[in-house]
Amino acid sequence: MIEVHGLVKAFGLKPILRGVDLNVAEGEFVALVGPNGAGKTTLLRILASLSRPTAGEVRVGGHRLPARASEARMILGVVSHQPLLYGDLTAEENLRFYGRMYGIPDLDQRLAQVLKTVGLWPRRRDLVREFSRGMQQRLSIGRAILHDPQVMLFDEPHTGLDQEASAMLDELLRQVAARGRTVLMTSHDLSRASDLAERIDILSKGVIAGTYKRGELGPGELPEIYREVTHA
Amino acid sequence: MPDVASLPGALGVSPGLSFGSRLRGYLRAIGAVIWKDLAAELRSRELLGGMLVFALLVILIFNFALELDVRTRQTVTSGVLWATFAFAGTLGLNRSMAIEKDRGCLDGLLLAPVDRSALYFGKMLGNLTFMLIVEAIVLPTYSVLYNTNLFNPGLVLVILLGSIGYVVVGTLLSAMAVQARTRDVLLPILLFPVILPVLIAAVKASNGYLQGLEAADILPWLNLLIVFDVIFTAAAFMVFEYVVDE
Repeated sequence: MIEVHGLVKAFGLKPILRGVDLNVAEGEFVALVGPNGAGKTTLLRILASLSRPTAGEVRVGGHRLPARASEARMILGVVSHQPLLYGDLTAEENLRFYGRMYGIPDLDQRLAQVLKTVGLWPRRRDLVREFSRGMQQRLSIGRAILHDPQVMLFDEPHTGLDQEASAMLDELLRQVAARGRTVLMTSHDLSRASDLAERIDILSKGVIAGTYKRGELGPGELPEIYREVTHA
Repeated sequence: MPDVASLPGALGVSPGLSFGSRLRGYLRAIGAVIWKDLAAELRSRELLGGMLVFALLVILIFNFALELDVRTRQTVTSGVLWATFAFAGTLGLNRSMAIEKDRGCLDGLLLAPVDRSALYFGKMLGNLTFMLIVEAIVLPTYSVLYNTNLFNPGLVLVILLGSIGYVVVGTLLSAMAVQARTRDVLLPILLFPVILPVLIAAVKASNGYLQGLEAADILPWLNLLIVFDVIFTAAAFMVFEYVVDE
Protein backbone atom coordinates (compact mmCIF):
# COMPACT_ATOMS: atom_id res chain seq x y z
CA MET A 1 0.00 0.00 0.00
CA ILE A 2 2.95 2.31 0.76
CA GLU A 3 6.07 1.86 -1.38
CA VAL A 4 9.15 4.01 -0.96
CA HIS A 5 12.37 3.38 -2.89
CA GLY A 6 15.59 5.38 -2.59
CA LEU A 7 13.81 8.41 -1.14
CA VAL A 8 16.04 11.44 -0.70
CA LYS A 9 14.88 14.75 0.75
CA ALA A 10 17.12 17.74 1.27
CA PHE A 11 16.28 21.23 2.50
CA GLY A 12 18.77 23.42 0.67
CA LEU A 13 22.13 21.66 1.01
CA LYS A 14 21.10 19.77 4.15
CA PRO A 15 19.99 16.17 3.46
CA ILE A 16 17.32 14.87 5.85
CA LEU A 17 16.43 11.56 4.16
CA ARG A 18 19.36 9.81 2.48
CA GLY A 19 17.79 6.92 0.55
CA VAL A 20 14.83 5.52 2.46
CA ASP A 21 13.37 2.15 1.37
CA LEU A 22 10.07 1.27 3.00
CA ASN A 23 7.15 -0.99 2.18
CA VAL A 24 3.92 -1.21 4.16
CA ALA A 25 1.51 -3.92 3.05
CA GLU A 26 -2.28 -3.50 2.96
CA GLY A 27 -3.76 -3.73 6.47
CA GLU A 28 -0.35 -3.64 8.18
CA PHE A 29 0.33 -1.42 11.25
CA VAL A 30 3.92 -0.18 11.19
CA ALA A 31 5.55 2.04 13.80
CA LEU A 32 8.43 4.22 12.70
CA VAL A 33 10.71 5.09 15.60
CA GLY A 34 13.89 7.13 15.69
CA PRO A 35 15.66 9.94 17.48
CA ASN A 36 14.82 13.62 17.01
CA GLY A 37 15.97 14.87 13.62
CA ALA A 38 16.04 11.39 12.06
CA GLY A 39 13.52 12.51 9.42
CA LYS A 40 10.33 10.79 10.65
CA THR A 41 8.08 13.82 10.20
CA THR A 42 9.71 14.67 6.85
CA LEU A 43 9.00 11.13 5.61
CA LEU A 44 5.38 11.31 6.74
CA ARG A 45 4.91 14.73 5.13
CA ILE A 46 6.18 13.35 1.82
CA LEU A 47 3.82 10.36 2.08
CA ALA A 48 0.97 12.79 2.85
CA SER A 49 1.89 14.76 -0.31
CA LEU A 50 2.59 17.86 1.79
CA SER A 51 6.23 17.88 0.74
CA ARG A 52 7.96 16.93 -2.53
CA PRO A 53 10.75 14.36 -2.58
CA THR A 54 14.13 15.52 -3.85
CA ALA A 55 14.78 12.09 -5.43
CA GLY A 56 13.41 8.55 -5.30
CA GLU A 57 10.07 6.91 -5.87
CA VAL A 58 7.04 7.15 -3.58
CA ARG A 59 3.68 5.42 -4.15
CA VAL A 60 0.62 5.44 -1.91
CA GLY A 61 -2.16 3.04 -2.88
CA GLY A 62 -0.42 2.64 -6.25
CA HIS A 63 -0.54 6.40 -6.93
CA ARG A 64 2.86 7.88 -7.60
CA LEU A 65 3.71 11.08 -5.70
CA PRO A 66 3.75 13.94 -6.36
CA ALA A 67 2.29 13.41 -9.87
CA ARG A 68 -0.91 11.66 -8.66
CA ALA A 69 -1.13 13.44 -5.31
CA SER A 70 -4.84 14.27 -5.59
CA GLU A 71 -5.76 10.59 -6.02
CA ALA A 72 -3.48 9.59 -3.15
CA ARG A 73 -5.06 12.20 -0.87
CA MET A 74 -8.48 10.60 -1.44
CA ILE A 75 -7.32 7.42 0.33
CA LEU A 76 -5.16 9.10 2.99
CA GLY A 77 -6.02 10.15 6.53
CA VAL A 78 -3.41 12.12 8.46
CA VAL A 79 -3.16 12.84 12.18
CA SER A 80 -0.24 14.97 13.31
CA HIS A 81 0.74 16.38 16.70
CA GLN A 82 -1.02 19.58 15.61
CA PRO A 83 -4.82 19.19 15.57
CA LEU A 84 -5.45 20.75 12.10
CA LEU A 85 -8.74 22.04 13.54
CA TYR A 86 -10.24 25.52 13.77
CA GLY A 87 -10.57 26.74 17.35
CA ASP A 88 -13.43 29.14 16.54
CA LEU A 89 -15.61 26.39 15.04
CA THR A 90 -17.46 23.72 16.99
CA ALA A 91 -16.47 20.05 16.74
CA GLU A 92 -19.40 19.42 14.38
CA GLU A 93 -18.62 22.48 12.22
CA ASN A 94 -14.98 21.41 11.87
CA LEU A 95 -15.99 17.96 10.65
CA ARG A 96 -18.71 19.42 8.42
CA PHE A 97 -16.13 21.68 6.78
CA TYR A 98 -13.75 18.80 6.08
CA GLY A 99 -16.66 16.61 4.99
CA ARG A 100 -17.58 19.20 2.34
CA MET A 101 -13.96 19.39 1.18
CA TYR A 102 -13.99 15.61 0.63
CA GLY A 103 -17.47 15.65 -0.92
CA ILE A 104 -18.84 13.04 1.49
CA PRO A 105 -22.42 11.98 0.70
CA ASP A 106 -24.99 11.77 3.57
CA LEU A 107 -22.75 14.04 5.59
CA ASP A 108 -25.07 14.47 8.60
CA GLN A 109 -25.26 10.73 9.13
CA ARG A 110 -21.51 10.30 8.70
CA LEU A 111 -20.77 13.17 11.13
CA ALA A 112 -22.92 11.56 13.81
CA GLN A 113 -21.22 8.21 13.24
CA VAL A 114 -17.70 9.66 13.52
CA LEU A 115 -18.47 11.88 16.51
CA LYS A 116 -19.86 8.86 18.35
CA THR A 117 -16.82 6.76 17.40
CA VAL A 118 -14.41 9.31 18.90
CA GLY A 119 -16.66 9.85 21.93
CA LEU A 120 -17.42 13.52 21.26
CA TRP A 121 -21.10 13.36 20.32
CA PRO A 122 -22.24 15.05 23.58
CA ARG A 123 -19.67 17.86 23.02
CA ARG A 124 -20.38 18.33 19.31
CA ARG A 125 -21.66 21.90 19.72
CA ASP A 126 -18.70 23.08 21.83
CA LEU A 127 -15.95 25.22 20.38
CA VAL A 128 -12.74 23.31 19.70
CA ARG A 129 -10.65 25.97 21.48
CA GLU A 130 -12.44 24.96 24.70
CA PHE A 131 -11.41 21.30 24.28
CA SER A 132 -8.58 19.66 26.21
CA ARG A 133 -5.58 18.45 24.23
CA GLY A 134 -6.85 14.87 24.45
CA MET A 135 -10.28 15.81 23.11
CA GLN A 136 -8.71 17.79 20.27
CA GLN A 137 -6.62 14.78 19.34
CA ARG A 138 -9.68 12.53 19.35
CA LEU A 139 -11.51 14.98 17.11
CA SER A 140 -8.41 15.12 14.93
CA ILE A 141 -8.70 11.35 14.44
CA GLY A 142 -12.39 11.86 13.63
CA ARG A 143 -11.37 14.39 10.98
CA ALA A 144 -8.85 11.93 9.53
CA ILE A 145 -11.26 8.97 9.32
CA LEU A 146 -14.22 11.02 8.06
CA HIS A 147 -13.79 9.92 4.43
CA ASP A 148 -12.98 6.33 5.48
CA PRO A 149 -9.38 6.34 4.17
CA GLN A 150 -7.52 3.13 3.40
CA VAL A 151 -4.19 4.49 4.65
CA MET A 152 -3.67 6.32 7.96
CA LEU A 153 -0.54 8.30 8.82
CA PHE A 154 -0.02 9.24 12.49
CA ASP A 155 2.79 11.65 13.32
CA GLU A 156 3.57 11.33 17.03
CA PRO A 157 -0.12 11.41 17.97
CA HIS A 158 0.57 11.01 21.72
CA THR A 159 2.57 14.27 22.00
CA GLY A 160 1.29 16.38 24.89
CA LEU A 161 -1.30 13.85 26.11
CA ASP A 162 -1.60 12.69 29.73
CA GLN A 163 -1.80 8.98 30.67
CA GLU A 164 -5.58 8.77 30.49
CA ALA A 165 -5.82 10.57 27.16
CA SER A 166 -2.97 8.44 25.75
CA ALA A 167 -4.75 5.23 26.79
CA MET A 168 -7.95 6.48 25.15
CA LEU A 169 -6.02 7.35 21.99
CA ASP A 170 -4.42 3.85 21.97
CA GLU A 171 -7.88 2.32 22.06
CA LEU A 172 -8.96 4.54 19.18
CA LEU A 173 -5.83 3.62 17.20
CA ARG A 174 -6.61 -0.08 17.70
CA GLN A 175 -10.17 0.51 16.46
CA VAL A 176 -8.85 2.37 13.41
CA ALA A 177 -6.39 -0.44 12.62
CA ALA A 178 -8.97 -3.16 13.29
CA ARG A 179 -10.98 -1.94 10.30
CA GLY A 180 -8.24 -3.27 8.01
CA ARG A 181 -6.63 0.08 7.35
CA THR A 182 -2.95 0.39 6.59
CA VAL A 183 -1.34 2.41 9.39
CA LEU A 184 2.06 4.08 9.59
CA MET A 185 2.75 5.81 12.92
CA THR A 186 5.84 7.70 14.07
CA SER A 187 6.61 7.64 17.78
CA HIS A 188 9.27 8.26 20.39
CA ASP A 189 7.65 5.81 22.79
CA LEU A 190 9.15 2.36 22.14
CA SER A 191 6.87 0.41 24.49
CA ARG A 192 3.75 2.01 23.01
CA ALA A 193 5.03 1.43 19.47
CA SER A 194 5.73 -2.26 20.12
CA ASP A 195 2.38 -2.60 21.88
CA LEU A 196 0.34 -1.15 18.99
CA ALA A 197 2.25 -2.05 15.83
CA GLU A 198 2.94 -5.36 14.12
CA ARG A 199 6.27 -4.13 12.80
CA ILE A 200 8.76 -1.57 14.06
CA ASP A 201 11.10 0.24 11.68
CA ILE A 202 13.96 2.30 13.09
CA LEU A 203 14.80 5.45 11.14
CA SER A 204 18.22 6.79 11.96
CA LYS A 205 20.41 9.32 10.16
CA GLY A 206 18.00 9.50 7.22
CA VAL A 207 17.77 5.76 6.43
CA ILE A 208 15.77 2.78 7.73
CA ALA A 209 18.43 1.22 9.93
CA GLY A 210 16.42 -1.76 11.19
CA THR A 211 13.10 -3.61 10.71
CA TYR A 212 11.66 -5.89 13.40
CA LYS A 213 8.42 -7.90 13.62
CA ARG A 214 6.71 -7.69 17.01
CA GLY A 215 6.66 -11.50 17.43
CA GLU A 216 10.40 -11.73 16.84
CA LEU A 217 11.31 -9.44 19.71
CA GLY A 218 11.81 -10.71 23.23
CA PRO A 219 10.54 -8.75 26.25
CA GLY A 220 12.62 -5.61 26.75
CA GLU A 221 14.70 -6.36 23.66
CA LEU A 222 13.54 -3.38 21.57
CA PRO A 223 15.15 -0.60 23.69
CA GLU A 224 18.49 -2.41 23.51
CA ILE A 225 18.29 -2.88 19.73
CA TYR A 226 17.17 0.73 19.35
CA ARG A 227 20.20 1.97 21.31
CA GLU A 228 22.57 -0.14 19.26
CA VAL A 229 21.08 0.89 15.92
CA THR A 230 20.80 4.61 16.63
CA HIS A 231 24.29 4.86 18.15
CA ALA A 232 26.00 2.80 15.44
CA MET B 1 -19.13 4.12 5.92
CA PRO B 2 -18.99 5.87 2.55
CA ASP B 3 -17.16 4.09 -0.24
CA VAL B 4 -14.14 6.31 -0.84
CA ALA B 5 -14.07 5.45 -4.53
CA SER B 6 -17.55 6.93 -4.89
CA LEU B 7 -16.70 10.28 -3.30
CA PRO B 8 -17.16 13.00 -5.90
CA GLY B 9 -13.77 14.68 -6.34
CA ALA B 10 -12.96 18.20 -7.36
CA LEU B 11 -11.17 19.34 -10.53
CA GLY B 12 -7.96 17.41 -10.97
CA VAL B 13 -9.23 14.40 -9.00
CA SER B 14 -11.06 11.25 -10.08
CA PRO B 15 -10.53 11.50 -13.84
CA GLY B 16 -13.43 9.05 -14.35
CA LEU B 17 -15.97 11.67 -13.25
CA SER B 18 -17.68 13.95 -15.73
CA PHE B 19 -16.55 17.56 -16.07
CA GLY B 20 -19.85 18.66 -14.50
CA SER B 21 -19.31 16.67 -11.30
CA ARG B 22 -15.69 17.76 -11.06
CA LEU B 23 -16.74 21.39 -11.49
CA ARG B 24 -19.40 20.94 -8.79
CA GLY B 25 -16.73 19.49 -6.50
CA TYR B 26 -14.45 22.44 -7.24
CA LEU B 27 -17.17 25.00 -6.50
CA ARG B 28 -18.22 23.07 -3.38
CA ALA B 29 -14.64 23.26 -2.06
CA ILE B 30 -14.53 27.04 -2.71
CA GLY B 31 -17.87 27.42 -0.93
CA ALA B 32 -16.69 25.32 2.02
CA VAL B 33 -13.59 27.50 2.55
CA ILE B 34 -15.66 30.71 2.36
CA TRP B 35 -18.28 29.29 4.78
CA LYS B 36 -15.56 28.20 7.21
CA ASP B 37 -13.87 31.66 7.17
CA LEU B 38 -17.17 33.51 7.65
CA ALA B 39 -18.41 31.16 10.41
CA ALA B 40 -15.12 31.41 12.34
CA GLU B 41 -15.02 35.20 11.94
CA LEU B 42 -18.63 35.58 13.04
CA ARG B 43 -17.58 34.02 16.37
CA SER B 44 -14.20 35.59 16.98
CA ARG B 45 -14.60 38.96 15.16
CA GLU B 46 -10.82 39.24 15.43
CA LEU B 47 -10.11 39.95 11.80
CA LEU B 48 -12.98 42.35 11.05
CA GLY B 49 -12.63 44.04 14.43
CA GLY B 50 -8.95 44.73 13.88
CA MET B 51 -9.44 45.97 10.33
CA LEU B 52 -12.35 48.22 11.24
CA VAL B 53 -10.75 49.85 14.28
CA PHE B 54 -7.57 50.47 12.32
CA ALA B 55 -9.45 51.92 9.31
CA LEU B 56 -11.57 54.22 11.46
CA LEU B 57 -8.52 55.43 13.38
CA VAL B 58 -6.70 56.24 10.14
CA ILE B 59 -9.55 58.36 8.73
CA LEU B 60 -9.97 60.05 12.12
CA ILE B 61 -6.26 60.94 12.24
CA PHE B 62 -6.37 62.27 8.67
CA ASN B 63 -9.49 64.26 9.59
CA PHE B 64 -7.65 66.13 12.35
CA ALA B 65 -4.30 66.28 10.56
CA LEU B 66 -5.71 67.77 7.35
CA GLU B 67 -7.79 70.75 8.43
CA LEU B 68 -8.84 71.57 4.91
CA ASP B 69 -11.59 73.53 3.24
CA VAL B 70 -14.36 71.59 1.50
CA ARG B 71 -12.85 71.99 -1.99
CA THR B 72 -9.38 70.76 -0.99
CA ARG B 73 -10.91 67.90 0.98
CA GLN B 74 -12.46 66.58 -2.22
CA THR B 75 -9.06 66.39 -3.89
CA VAL B 76 -7.48 64.34 -1.07
CA THR B 77 -10.48 62.07 -0.47
CA SER B 78 -9.48 59.27 -2.88
CA GLY B 79 -5.90 59.18 -1.58
CA VAL B 80 -7.00 59.01 2.06
CA LEU B 81 -9.59 56.33 1.27
CA TRP B 82 -7.20 54.05 -0.61
CA ALA B 83 -4.40 54.49 1.94
CA THR B 84 -6.92 53.44 4.61
CA PHE B 85 -8.15 50.43 2.63
CA ALA B 86 -4.62 49.30 1.78
CA PHE B 87 -3.29 49.43 5.35
CA ALA B 88 -6.41 47.89 6.91
CA GLY B 89 -6.42 45.23 4.18
CA THR B 90 -2.87 44.17 5.07
CA LEU B 91 -3.98 43.52 8.66
CA GLY B 92 -6.83 41.35 7.40
CA LEU B 93 -4.70 39.39 4.94
CA ASN B 94 -2.06 38.65 7.57
CA ARG B 95 -4.63 37.49 10.10
CA SER B 96 -6.59 35.40 7.60
CA MET B 97 -3.55 33.30 6.66
CA ALA B 98 -2.11 33.22 10.21
CA ILE B 99 -5.31 31.44 11.36
CA GLU B 100 -4.52 28.68 8.85
CA LYS B 101 -0.88 28.39 9.88
CA ASP B 102 -1.07 28.62 13.67
CA ARG B 103 -2.88 25.35 14.36
CA GLY B 104 -1.57 23.54 11.31
CA CYS B 105 -4.88 24.03 9.50
CA LEU B 106 -3.10 24.93 6.27
CA ASP B 107 -1.90 21.30 6.17
CA GLY B 108 -5.50 20.20 6.75
CA LEU B 109 -6.57 22.24 3.71
CA LEU B 110 -3.69 20.95 1.58
CA LEU B 111 -4.56 17.35 2.49
CA ALA B 112 -8.02 17.70 0.93
CA PRO B 113 -8.33 15.97 -2.45
CA VAL B 114 -9.19 19.16 -4.31
CA ASP B 115 -7.29 21.23 -6.81
CA ARG B 116 -5.27 23.67 -4.73
CA SER B 117 -6.50 26.63 -6.76
CA ALA B 118 -9.93 25.98 -5.15
CA LEU B 119 -8.33 26.69 -1.76
CA TYR B 120 -6.89 29.91 -3.17
CA PHE B 121 -10.22 31.10 -4.57
CA GLY B 122 -11.99 30.21 -1.31
CA LYS B 123 -9.51 32.21 0.76
CA MET B 124 -9.48 35.05 -1.77
CA LEU B 125 -13.28 35.40 -1.85
CA GLY B 126 -13.41 35.23 1.97
CA ASN B 127 -10.81 38.03 2.19
CA LEU B 128 -12.71 40.06 -0.41
CA THR B 129 -15.91 39.74 1.65
CA PHE B 130 -14.12 41.05 4.77
CA MET B 131 -12.56 43.91 2.79
CA LEU B 132 -15.93 44.93 1.30
CA ILE B 133 -17.61 44.84 4.74
CA VAL B 134 -14.93 47.19 6.12
CA GLU B 135 -15.28 49.49 3.10
CA ALA B 136 -19.07 49.55 3.46
CA ILE B 137 -18.66 50.83 7.03
CA VAL B 138 -15.76 53.21 6.32
CA LEU B 139 -17.45 55.02 3.39
CA PRO B 140 -20.45 56.48 5.30
CA THR B 141 -18.19 57.30 8.28
CA TYR B 142 -15.84 59.16 5.96
CA SER B 143 -18.78 60.98 4.35
CA VAL B 144 -19.92 62.27 7.75
CA LEU B 145 -16.48 63.21 9.07
CA TYR B 146 -15.29 64.94 5.87
CA ASN B 147 -18.70 66.29 4.88
CA THR B 148 -18.23 64.76 1.42
CA ASN B 149 -20.82 62.84 -0.59
CA LEU B 150 -19.31 59.45 -1.52
CA PHE B 151 -22.50 57.77 -2.68
CA ASN B 152 -21.53 57.56 -6.32
CA PRO B 153 -22.10 54.36 -8.39
CA GLY B 154 -18.85 55.00 -10.30
CA LEU B 155 -16.87 55.21 -7.08
CA VAL B 156 -18.48 51.98 -5.86
CA LEU B 157 -17.39 50.26 -9.09
CA VAL B 158 -13.80 51.51 -8.65
CA ILE B 159 -13.74 50.34 -5.04
CA LEU B 160 -14.97 46.89 -6.12
CA LEU B 161 -12.39 46.56 -8.92
CA GLY B 162 -9.57 47.94 -6.76
CA SER B 163 -10.46 45.64 -3.86
CA ILE B 164 -10.50 42.61 -6.17
CA GLY B 165 -7.02 43.49 -7.48
CA TYR B 166 -5.72 44.09 -3.95
CA VAL B 167 -7.12 40.84 -2.55
CA VAL B 168 -6.14 38.69 -5.56
CA VAL B 169 -2.46 39.62 -5.12
CA GLY B 170 -2.65 39.92 -1.33
CA THR B 171 -4.03 36.40 -0.80
CA LEU B 172 -1.31 34.88 -2.96
CA LEU B 173 1.50 36.83 -1.26
CA SER B 174 0.12 36.20 2.24
CA ALA B 175 0.23 32.44 1.50
CA MET B 176 3.88 32.96 0.61
CA ALA B 177 4.70 35.21 3.57
CA VAL B 178 2.96 33.01 6.15
CA GLN B 179 5.74 30.42 5.84
CA ALA B 180 8.26 32.99 7.16
CA ARG B 181 8.82 33.86 10.82
CA THR B 182 8.74 37.56 9.92
CA ARG B 183 5.39 37.25 8.10
CA ASP B 184 3.86 40.41 9.66
CA VAL B 185 6.65 42.56 8.25
CA LEU B 186 7.18 40.57 5.08
CA LEU B 187 3.65 40.86 3.66
CA PRO B 188 3.53 44.68 3.26
CA ILE B 189 7.07 44.67 1.87
CA LEU B 190 6.09 42.12 -0.78
CA LEU B 191 2.58 43.42 -1.38
CA PHE B 192 2.84 47.19 -1.80
CA PRO B 193 5.30 47.25 -4.74
CA VAL B 194 3.14 44.74 -6.64
CA ILE B 195 -0.20 46.48 -6.03
CA LEU B 196 1.14 49.95 -6.80
CA PRO B 197 -0.55 49.95 -10.26
CA VAL B 198 -3.88 49.06 -8.60
CA LEU B 199 -3.55 51.79 -6.00
CA ILE B 200 -2.55 54.45 -8.55
CA ALA B 201 -5.36 53.47 -10.94
CA ALA B 202 -7.90 53.27 -8.11
CA VAL B 203 -6.92 56.68 -6.69
CA LYS B 204 -7.03 58.31 -10.14
CA ALA B 205 -10.38 56.72 -11.09
CA SER B 206 -11.95 57.50 -7.69
CA ASN B 207 -10.76 61.08 -7.95
CA GLY B 208 -12.20 61.29 -11.45
CA TYR B 209 -15.66 60.27 -10.25
CA LEU B 210 -15.52 62.55 -7.19
CA GLN B 211 -14.40 65.54 -9.31
CA GLY B 212 -17.09 64.79 -11.91
CA LEU B 213 -14.61 64.27 -14.79
CA GLU B 214 -15.68 62.97 -18.22
CA ALA B 215 -15.96 59.19 -18.67
CA ALA B 216 -13.21 59.31 -21.31
CA ASP B 217 -10.76 60.61 -18.67
CA ILE B 218 -11.64 57.86 -16.19
CA LEU B 219 -11.91 54.92 -18.60
CA PRO B 220 -8.13 54.28 -19.03
CA TRP B 221 -7.78 53.86 -15.24
CA LEU B 222 -10.79 51.55 -15.10
CA ASN B 223 -9.33 49.50 -17.96
CA LEU B 224 -6.03 49.23 -16.09
CA LEU B 225 -7.88 47.93 -12.99
CA ILE B 226 -9.78 45.35 -15.05
CA VAL B 227 -6.63 44.16 -16.86
CA PHE B 228 -4.71 43.92 -13.57
CA ASP B 229 -7.55 41.90 -11.96
CA VAL B 230 -7.75 39.47 -14.88
CA ILE B 231 -3.98 38.96 -15.27
CA PHE B 232 -3.27 38.46 -11.58
CA THR B 233 -6.28 36.16 -11.06
CA ALA B 234 -4.97 33.96 -13.87
CA ALA B 235 -1.41 34.11 -12.50
CA ALA B 236 -2.55 33.20 -8.97
CA PHE B 237 -4.63 30.29 -10.36
CA MET B 238 -1.49 28.92 -12.02
CA VAL B 239 1.14 29.49 -9.31
CA PHE B 240 -0.73 28.95 -6.00
CA GLU B 241 0.12 25.23 -5.91
CA TYR B 242 3.84 26.05 -6.12
CA VAL B 243 3.55 28.79 -3.49
CA VAL B 244 2.14 26.40 -0.86
CA ASP B 245 4.37 23.47 -1.81
CA GLU B 246 7.23 22.53 0.53
